[in-house]
Amino acid sequence: MKKPFAITLDPGSSLANKTGTWRTERPVYLDRLPPCNDACPAGENIQGWLYFAESGDYETAWRALTKEDPFPALMGRVCYHPCETACNRAQLDEAVSVHAVERFLGDLALERGWDFPAPQASTGKRVMVVGAGPSGLSAAYHLTLLGHAVTIFEAGPMAGGMMRFGIPKYRLPREVLDAEIARLERLGVEIRLGARVDDLEATLAGGGFDAAFLAVGAHVAKRTNIPARDATKILDAVSVLRGMESGEAPRLGRRVVVYGGGNTALDVARTAKRLGASETVIVYRRTREQMPAHESELQEALDEGVMVRWLNTIAGVDETTFTVEKMALDASGFPQPTGEFETLEADTLILALGQNADLALVAGIDGIAVADGVVSVDERMMTGRAGIFAGGDMVPAERTVTVAIGHGKKAARNVDAYLRGAAYAKPPKHELAAFEKLNTWYYSDAPKTIQPTLDLLRRRSTFEEVTGALDESTALFEARRCLSCGNCFECDNCYGVCPDNAVIKLGPGNRFQFNYDYCKGCGLCVAECPCGAIAMVPEEI
Amino acid sequence: MSTQPIKFYQTGTFTVGNRLLESSERAVQSNMRRTNSLNSGHRACRGCGEALGARYAIDAVMQATQNRAIAVNATGCLEVFSTPFPETSWQIPWMHSLFGNAAAVASGVAAAMRVKKREHVRVIAQGGDGGTTDIGFGCLSGMFERNDDVLYICYDNEAYMNTGVQRSSATPPAARTATTPAVGKHPGNPFGTGKNVPLIAMAHHIPYVATASIANVRDLEAKVTYAMSLRGARYVHVHVPCPLGWGSEPADTVKVARLAVESGLFPLFEAEHGEITGRYALRRPVPVTDYLKLQRRFGHLFGKNADPAAVAAIQAMADRNIEHFGLLEPTQ
Repeated sequence: MKKPFAITLDPGSSLANKTGTWRTERPVYLDRLPPCNDACPAGENIQGWLYFAESGDYETAWRALTKEDPFPALMGRVCYHPCETACNRAQLDEAVSVHAVERFLGDLALERGWDFPAPQASTGKRVMVVGAGPSGLSAAYHLTLLGHAVTIFEAGPMAGGMMRFGIPKYRLPREVLDAEIARLERLGVEIRLGARVDDLEATLAGGGFDAAFLAVGAHVAKRTNIPARDATKILDAVSVLRGMESGEAPRLGRRVVVYGGGNTALDVARTAKRLGASETVIVYRRTREQMPAHESELQEALDEGVMVRWLNTIAGVDETTFTVEKMALDASGFPQPTGEFETLEADTLILALGQNADLALVAGIDGIAVADGVVSVDERMMTGRAGIFAGGDMVPAERTVTVAIGHGKKAARNVDAYLRGAAYAKPPKHELAAFEKLNTWYYSDAPKTIQPTLDLLRRRSTFEEVTGALDESTALFEARRCLSCGNCFECDNCYGVCPDNAVIKLGPGNRFQFNYDYCKGCGLCVAECPCGAIAMVPEEI
Repeated sequence: MSTQPIKFYQTGTFTVGNRLLESSERAVQSNMRRTNSLNSGHRACRGCGEALGARYAIDAVMQATQNRAIAVNATGCLEVFSTPFPETSWQIPWMHSLFGNAAAVASGVAAAMRVKKREHVRVIAQGGDGGTTDIGFGCLSGMFERNDDVLYICYDNEAYMNTGVQRSSATPPAARTATTPAVGKHPGNPFGTGKNVPLIAMAHHIPYVATASIANVRDLEAKVTYAMSLRGARYVHVHVPCPLGWGSEPADTVKVARLAVESGLFPLFEAEHGEITGRYALRRPVPVTDYLKLQRRFGHLFGKNADPAAVAAIQAMADRNIEHFGLLEPTQ
């Protein structure tokens, strides 16, 4: 190149000076595990789908979501969202309302008629699933996508399991449940209703199935021994809630006592209120802090006028007179009787003391072990009998819809591996994107969007859905509150703050790359990355 | 419910870029085709604030002028680390003469452009605090009072870093430098010394004066871009931490700059014709100790022979700035 007089080098000729040799540590891009994803029992990539929702690309967001979980509209309503408990944003202002955005995406998908992608090429393998509850449906979904032919055997008259027969419709409208199950059937899942499996081995062999996934749930109400006269009306919560679905609304009377402290106790108490009970009292033997029910549901029940007697047990019932005994916590936190008694008047007692699984199905099958009323499974969700897997409420785990859906997915992956004669290798977990990894200066304050709730008067008298939906603008706002913990969201901070221009921007969607020829290893990019997606590692010398 | 305004909370009212914004609304520094006026391979220390500030400012100038700009550089770190003859990191027309005469040379270049009817080619002068507030101060004041068509940018790292951290008139009280060692009864730079050149520039009633920080790139770019929309003498004073001279971690350079702003010690404001027209309201105010403790040049104020009186005096300086510039009043 011809240069002007006395000029010997090009502009920018310092490029010959490779300052990367100064470095003792190098920055590397990485994806850390967002706390929401870490906490999700269904293994959703929450940060991942929120990323698409933030730009208004709701269909891509919904498709990313349904890679893990086939029921966003449903889960956005009934999941107790452990993701929000774990959310880093809670330490800044309030957690991102993940469930509200999930529900928005789910409802939008139903409105626009988005369907699942076509399954992979058929493997020729057949899998039977017993039980059309959340776990069975989830397993069927994933197995179908993987190319296996799935048939679900459901003993009941309708699919949905506890989502239909346990969760009242003011929390989960049935048209939502029906629509999401219908979409699954359009994918090619066969659901046989009223098809109780009595002889598992015979059904397996007779149907030519290569594997089975059992998810019969836990529907048998636990009883307790309460001295009572015959005239006392004692029901169990599961039967009451099931009766609501089969159109035989039970007669409960004006004054109802519910015995128990779980979510089912609250569901049945709130149902009783809606059926016209003027007084609904929950009797629970421990304290509010010890109650296994979810706090938000307790609050909603209290708002609706449900009363709770903490630290009380029912000692006896004489027609309509209930004798309750006060309890006191001992040093180890267990309730102990105090010998102090009170009475209250009620027409009906509903027991909500938990449920047992009906395991007649596996009785007598070689290798299948039962302990504490549930079926033992290994880390693959497989029972002691090769090819028979189990999940949901019938195996040892927390009993929630979300856990059940997670079991279904996990089992499906292992069933698939089993059918291919391989072992399913779980991808390794990334390091957690803890709050300390973030530089929160770059996020501005934005309080959570509150979902509208139904008027209290109507909540006491109707079964309309209590919690309302976010509209598009509020859902978008909420999605954009995500901090994208541990995963690059292309904010350009690293590209901007490098004093040595040693960060190469690769363009939208392609993130960045370091130019180690010039990176001096100062670490500014790491310090100023808002979401903790860069780490310094020592150079090998 | 639908009245909630949608903002870019996650992707940054404060970050450099934002994938959800139109590209015309993003920072110059997020542009894949930014000039990179100061290219890789320069010899600035790890985490150099001045190298960062210079690229931020000059890239914004280049965008604002469609690459028609000439820069005159005073002697100092910026000149030495970028241009050890015959090599240079600059990718723009750039010239260097002496330590003290950058403003005068720039005035001359502007005059030449006027004579040659090439006034669309804009002129920038730049230097460190030594070349600006001390050695080049006479030339700078002359450029201001003649209202020459030059934007002068001072990168203030609060001492002569290039020659080994000697005190300048921009060195803050109590700071340790090679010439104000942390010894004696009142260690470090004495209180009651130094000068505030942005306020002195305002006293010349020139068209535009602004302070900026590398901690707020959008603000810095907006000020430089606005300055380039005006004619006449303009002055932008950019706060640029120096890890070597201040004894801070290279990775903390932006953080230190941010804390200088948020503590009130380095107020961000702009003025036209001698009147304040805008200021940055503190977003997360912090005590000055948050800022001081990250720097070894203030190390003698803490620890075994702590000097709470000196810290209180520095806090009083910050409080005075907050009061004077109204830094706690929300901006519109």
